[in-house]
Amino acid sequence: MNRAWQGWARQDGRKGVRNLVAVVYLVECARHVAEAVAAPWRDPLSGGTGDVQAMGFPGCYPSAYGHRMLERLLTHPNVGAVLLVSLGCEGFDKRRLAGAVEGSGRPVEVLTIQDAGGTRAAVEAGRVYVERIRTEIAEGPRVEMTPADLIVGTICGGSDGTSGITGNPAAGRAFDRLIEAGAACIFEETGELIGCERHMAARAATPELGREVEGAVHKAARYYETLGHASFAAGNADGGLTTIEEKSMGAYAKSGRSEIVGLLKPGDIPPTGGLYLLDVVPDGEVRFGFPNINDNAEIAELIACGAHMVLFVTGRGSVVGSACAPVIKICANPETYARMADDMDINAGRILKGEADLDEVGGEILDAIFATAGGASTRSEALGHQEFILTYKSFEPIGPACLPRQ
Amino acid sequence: MCDQNASMKDQGNGKSAMSVNTDKRLILLDETDNVLVVAATLRADEVVNIEGQPITLHRRIGVGHKLARRAIAVGETVLKYGAPIGSMTEAVTAGGHVHVHNMKSDYIPTYTHDNQAAFTGASS
Repeated sequence: MNRAWQGWARQDGRKGVRNLVAVVYLVECARHVAEAVAAPWRDPLSGGTGDVQAMGFPGCYPSAYGHRMLERLLTHPNVGAVLLVSLGCEGFDKRRLAGAVEGSGRPVEVLTIQDAGGTRAAVEAGRVYVERIRTEIAEGPRVEMTPADLIVGTICGGSDGTSGITGNPAAGRAFDRLIEAGAACIFEETGELIGCERHMAARAATPELGREVEGAVHKAARYYETLGHASFAAGNADGGLTTIEEKSMGAYAKSGRSEIVGLLKPGDIPPTGGLYLLDVVPDGEVRFGFPNINDNAEIAELIACGAHMVLFVTGRGSVVGSACAPVIKICANPETYARMADDMDINAGRILKGEADLDEVGGEILDAIFATAGGASTRSEALGHQEFILTYKSFEPIGPACLPRQ
Repeated sequence: MCDQNASMKDQGNGKSAMSVNTDKRLILLDETDNVLVVAATLRADEVVNIEGQPITLHRRIGVGHKLARRAIAVGETVLKYGAPIGSMTEAVTAGGHVHVHNMKSDYIPTYTHDNQAAFTGASS
């Protein structure tokens, strides 16, 4: 695959496809100030450039998971500079976070609302910083990127009975071709792969990894059983899906046919190319509620694993994007596409009408990936979608059998 | 459910199994399946052919929903993609709508809004 484009060179050697300023609230109490700081640039629908984005952590209790997630996101290759917005009395360790961002070679500033003199003064100071730093990083060094530099994640949301027939297998075709070209691809979510564990284990590069993969799905099944609710929304049933195992079969098609080379947890960055499964279900006893309260929690975790962009397959018609990385929307259902074409990058529903086959749509997805990597806006970016959510979770580190030897 | 590796290998390869004399809007994903997937919304009172047998639909069926390819008994496993996706809680005749009203998960129960839309795809 002979493709190359200009990316953004980061001091740690990673390469980005966007050059964003992240304005980060460290507790819900600082969120309004962070959003107000970003507002003049944030929303393309209101004339903004879209390259200054707000994200953060809402809780006031410490969280090793929350800290690791933000550290990974703020040192993500798509991020060029960071403004941390602190209320002043929250539990988040802002100094350690600022240190990690600084250590990655990125400009970072901490704005504390209680020291700045309140809301108005903090918003003003924040905007002055963003204005200056945005211009500064715009001249940042560029570097050639090829498919082997890419990490791409995939998720399905608002699934229906078409997702597993058109959009998901087409995304799987695109994954197979990206992996052949050296890219790392990440699929999830273990709670929506219930029933597929033995087949997945057989695709693992080693028997030890196969056992880890199977164990991760069993953990998910136990977790959801305790909660008494599968990863299954009422809208899934409206769209013709009846059971979690049926939804799983459709979701599994996103993974394509490549060998599974590793198992990641949120924030683990793939050390090589190849296909990885992301285990998103917390370890230990059930704490803090549902593993991912909505699709955006999973998207943030894929991005924290270094995904430059995320393929999002939807049947019912999700509209979301994400802070930090572009989301490419693949619509599986032709009737949904007809209603919501403005939100969709790819019309995989044509497969149901006999107007295209899986390979053709897989090829269109690849083209969209490279266009996005080269700087073209996805539909959700153009429409200003930068959803972000981060909640409490707890994880043990991955085991030694989970990653390929380098 | 994925221990049926032979049929799983064919999942998503773009070649659907042939279902002779069946309405083009009904997709058979695997030869062993006992359900067909609806590829375009079907109207109530419409007559569709399922393997040579004309069946009159009693309600509107939305895209992505499933119809029985043949009669399926209570307790019988429902097969789609050549893999088990749950079991019947009520018997269904050929052409009948197979969904949350007559089948269940063999893993974790399904939650739906308590309204007709969930059963007919009427909102889709």
